[in-house]
Amino acid sequence: MLRDSDRIFTNLYGIQDWRLAGARARGDWDGTAALMAKGHDWIIDQVKESGLRGRGGAGFPTGLKWSFMPKEEAPGRPHYLVVNADESEPGTCKDRDMMRHDPHKLIEGCVLSGFAMRAHAAYIYIRGEFYDEAVALQAAIDEAYDAGLIGRDACGSGWAFDVYLHRGAGAYICGEETGLLESLEGKPGRPRLKPPFPAAVGLYGCPSTVNNVETIAVVPTILRRGAEWFAALGRPKNTGTKVFCISGHVNQPCNVEEEMGIPMRELIEKHAGGVRGGWDNLQAVIPGGASVPLLPKSICDEVLMDFDSLMAEKSGLGTAAVIVMDKSTDVVEAIARLSHFYMHESCGQCTPCREGTGWVYRVMLRLIRGEASVDEIDLLWDVVGQIEGHTICALGDAAAWPVQGLIRHFRPELERRILAAKVGGGGAAEGAAAAAA
Amino acid sequence: MTTLTIDGVEITVEPGSTVMQACVAAGKEIPHFCYHDRLSIAGNCRMCLVEMERSPKPIASCAMPAADGMVIRTDTPQVKKAREGVMEFLLINHPLDCPICDQGGECDLQDQAMAYGRHFSRFDEGKRAVRDKDVGPLIETIMTRCIHCTRCIRFADEIAGVEEFGAVFRGEHMEIGTYVAKAVSSELSGNMIDLCPVGALTSKPYAFVARSWELRTTETVDVLDAVGSNIRVDARGSEVLRVVPRLHDDVNEEWLSDKSRFAYDGLRRRRLDRCYVRRDGALRPASWDEAFDAIAAAAGGLEGKQIAALAGDMADCEAMTALADLMAALGSPNLDCRQDGAKLDAASRASYLFNTTIAGIEEADAILLIGANPRWEAALVNARIRKRWRRGGLKVGAIGPKVDLTYPCRHLGEGPQDLATLAAGGHAFADVLKLAERPMLIVGPGALARPDGAQVLAHARALAEATGMVAEGWKGFNVLHTAASRVGGLDLGFVPGEGGLDSAAIREGAGSGAIRLLYLLGADETGLERPEGCFVVYQGHHGDAGARVADVILPGAAYTEKHGTYVNLEGRPQRAYPATAPLGEAREDWRILRALSARLGTPLTCDTLDELRARMAERAPALAAVGEIEQAPWGDFGAAGAMDEAPFASPIEDFYRTDPITRASQTMSECSAAFVAADEAEGGASHG
Repeated sequence: MLRDSDRIFTNLYGIQDWRLAGARARGDWDGTAALMAKGHDWIIDQVKESGLRGRGGAGFPTGLKWSFMPKEEAPGRPHYLVVNADESEPGTCKDRDMMRHDPHKLIEGCVLSGFAMRAHAAYIYIRGEFYDEAVALQAAIDEAYDAGLIGRDACGSGWAFDVYLHRGAGAYICGEETGLLESLEGKPGRPRLKPPFPAAVGLYGCPSTVNNVETIAVVPTILRRGAEWFAALGRPKNTGTKVFCISGHVNQPCNVEEEMGIPMRELIEKHAGGVRGGWDNLQAVIPGGASVPLLPKSICDEVLMDFDSLMAEKSGLGTAAVIVMDKSTDVVEAIARLSHFYMHESCGQCTPCREGTGWVYRVMLRLIRGEASVDEIDLLWDVVGQIEGHTICALGDAAAWPVQGLIRHFRPELERRILAAKVGGGGAAEGAAAAAA
Repeated sequence: MTTLTIDGVEITVEPGSTVMQACVAAGKEIPHFCYHDRLSIAGNCRMCLVEMERSPKPIASCAMPAADGMVIRTDTPQVKKAREGVMEFLLINHPLDCPICDQGGECDLQDQAMAYGRHFSRFDEGKRAVRDKDVGPLIETIMTRCIHCTRCIRFADEIAGVEEFGAVFRGEHMEIGTYVAKAVSSELSGNMIDLCPVGALTSKPYAFVARSWELRTTETVDVLDAVGSNIRVDARGSEVLRVVPRLHDDVNEEWLSDKSRFAYDGLRRRRLDRCYVRRDGALRPASWDEAFDAIAAAAGGLEGKQIAALAGDMADCEAMTALADLMAALGSPNLDCRQDGAKLDAASRASYLFNTTIAGIEEADAILLIGANPRWEAALVNARIRKRWRRGGLKVGAIGPKVDLTYPCRHLGEGPQDLATLAAGGHAFADVLKLAERPMLIVGPGALARPDGAQVLAHARALAEATGMVAEGWKGFNVLHTAASRVGGLDLGFVPGEGGLDSAAIREGAGSGAIRLLYLLGADETGLERPEGCFVVYQGHHGDAGARVADVILPGAAYTEKHGTYVNLEGRPQRAYPATAPLGEAREDWRILRALSARLGTPLTCDTLDELRARMAERAPALAAVGEIEQAPWGDFGAAGAMDEAPFASPIEDFYRTDPITRASQTMSECSAAFVAADEAEGGASHG
């Protein structure tokens, strides 16, 4: 279990003052200029050594991503840091608490990360629904300007750095890296083709790096306490701490910062008060936000919460949003609801996702009541396979994975419903629907 | 150069190529819908997926830049499966109404479904239906068929320069449309029909008219403007049912203006299909002999200088050659091919050509428009300027009417005074021209078809020379014509001979009695009232202004009905071929003139088309090399003297109604009502 002294987000629950004075008391903005004085590349090297992997879901090594930025600023092509605060993955609410209770961590992170990638501006794209968080964050930005922590001479380092807050309008797809850039430029949020990657052609055609709020917010602490400290936490290649969002059928849903690689069972039982009705009442867990495949209890018993362990179980850490479902859950309907979400949020740009997500949802809808043939389970498996990996952005994959997880682990349940609907006629279907209700 | 391996074969391609281009170079067909080589890359149809070594996912080959050492596979089971998958997704919400779809038989979706799809459907749910959009009188929309490739959106944004199309809504509810219901106000909109890979956008006038396999196709050229767009005329029986563009990179690329594409229904209306002779004040049907007799009677005893001839805007070079020779035999020096009175100088070829050529626009970095509205006078020249502008670094200035040309244009003034000011360096744009490496100017008909046209021409020449437009390997002096016959007529010397009268003087002479016999070869834009004491012969294909004032009408053939040579504004002679036979008793124009010359006792020496073309090449050697542009030497032209104060005004008031064919076309009147009249009612001047 993570020691209190190793916590990065020391005001995650908003018990203390979130404003500048409170943040300073917690150690934020301490010696920022001195860290910057060590140079752009030192920061990137430290982040590389810390083993920090992107906290937005994909888990790409952050230092490596930053090193893709050009080493020199070309004339007329400024570098940009873009912070993805469009936290929309169902089940995820970590960035929200960081921004409303600890906004200065993010702003200081912007200065240090932006400086490392030779950017003079950061754009924070915040989810439109996060009104209070946007107000708090803007207040914090204003405080930082007034205190000279950002602006023409950020923290007295001589480096000019501006932070802009931009509110989104509530589309899930605008949380996709390049969809976000499009939206930020004022266009419809339709993800861009890659290559070129944002580090080459990003915001307004200039070199840009898009990072998740948590990724940026942990950077100051890593630099202050040292890469070795961060790397010593967790497991190899899955280092550091992580804020987990535990929701669903647990006794105390919560956000909690824990060490990477903590066993799922320990995480749920220690921090969320355990599964409703006890661990044995557990049916399945979606370990990393709506898009990753769910895991049945048998795997949940042992699995560790980090990128590689969950990958080995054909799921993923994603945003570390742990959605717990006990045995009262209609797991098919739960996944069908997610299919509806992806159908609704598909931007419609590319064929497999636009056409496939609707098809998948409609088959899922019938499967809830077993109104299908067993062959259609295989059809569904095939169709989601036709979406996965064939689209411009990862929304196609995200739409496919939950269904794949369901078929992988709950195929007997699907077949049972189909059989029941056939044998019992309408009555069985109603029974299933009643169970779902 | 970039070298990569495709299906085990090494191939070297130009740097900057995409994987798809490399695959095509390697002889691999890559199915695709959204990709089009003249539009930006969207990469959204996902049909072109191929496998790339070290990439866990298949890649969209249309968007992936080819790189050294890439290993691409297009023939694996995974690629086949990916294509089948995308095809299946495209078809699940496509109505499969091919039997009643106008695109049937020439549909990318149909063809690729046959080649790359599964031959059955696994989709058991309800299909999506989408409300159709009204985008004007030219494009029929059946939006349920749309596969969201966004080619139409990209065409409107990029080529046509009207940002009116877009995708609204998300996911499976995404729809293509104008958002606020309105007609697509572009003179190039018809090209979206060609670009649409399915039957979502089809031609409204052609709706349910024919199936593609019933049509007989003829490759020819367009004459409704002076661009000389290469077209394919599709006919069934004696009727032209469709006109579509043909590829010619130096002229029209693969685009066509709406006028050229949709005016064909004018070929069936108000046609002259037999001879008429005026008796007792009214035109009455007559036989060829009666008509010729009437002309012979009128010509009898006239001196050469009492006879005159005017050639119209769609006259072919063969007919003009025959008529010019006939006039010479009759001893008349009074002939002119400039019925609008444009003060063009036939003596210097460089003075009336679009010297940079249309493709040459892409090399220019500064353009001055003088009395020109290229958007209406030559829509594809305008599209080429826009293409150049999109690449960046082009500055455009205009003297003349203030119009929206689809690209930014600095308005420098209205008339000749502003031209003089600019020439004197009194405007900052003069420096733009001087500093430019490849500056050019375009003199439009609005600057030349006026009494001081020759002086304007001289000023334009002086400006061109002073700003370095004429240099080694670059002649930046261009004249924009609107008449397909104009350059050919000037090349052939269809202009007043020694002591001859020009078009204005001929018109005056006809009124005053100095001209006793006037021969109009398809000349309808003369503004001539029926002259007393002057016998008017009209040879042409439409009962329009020329026929109204005629004493004898001889039915000629329209451009889709005859062999002809047309020289476009660049000076490029191109051949037209008959797609159908001339209507009724109508004949090819040169044959009528040959027969008439015999009846008048001065028979022409040419009896066949080949002989006539040989004679044509004698008159104008440049016309011998079909398809080639003979560079014209720079020389002195124009007339010294002061210019008027009247501002330049474009002669085209209505893009859709400029000649006898378009005036007879119902489609064109609908366009005129939808676009031009609506525009005027709004008090806007988006076009001209």
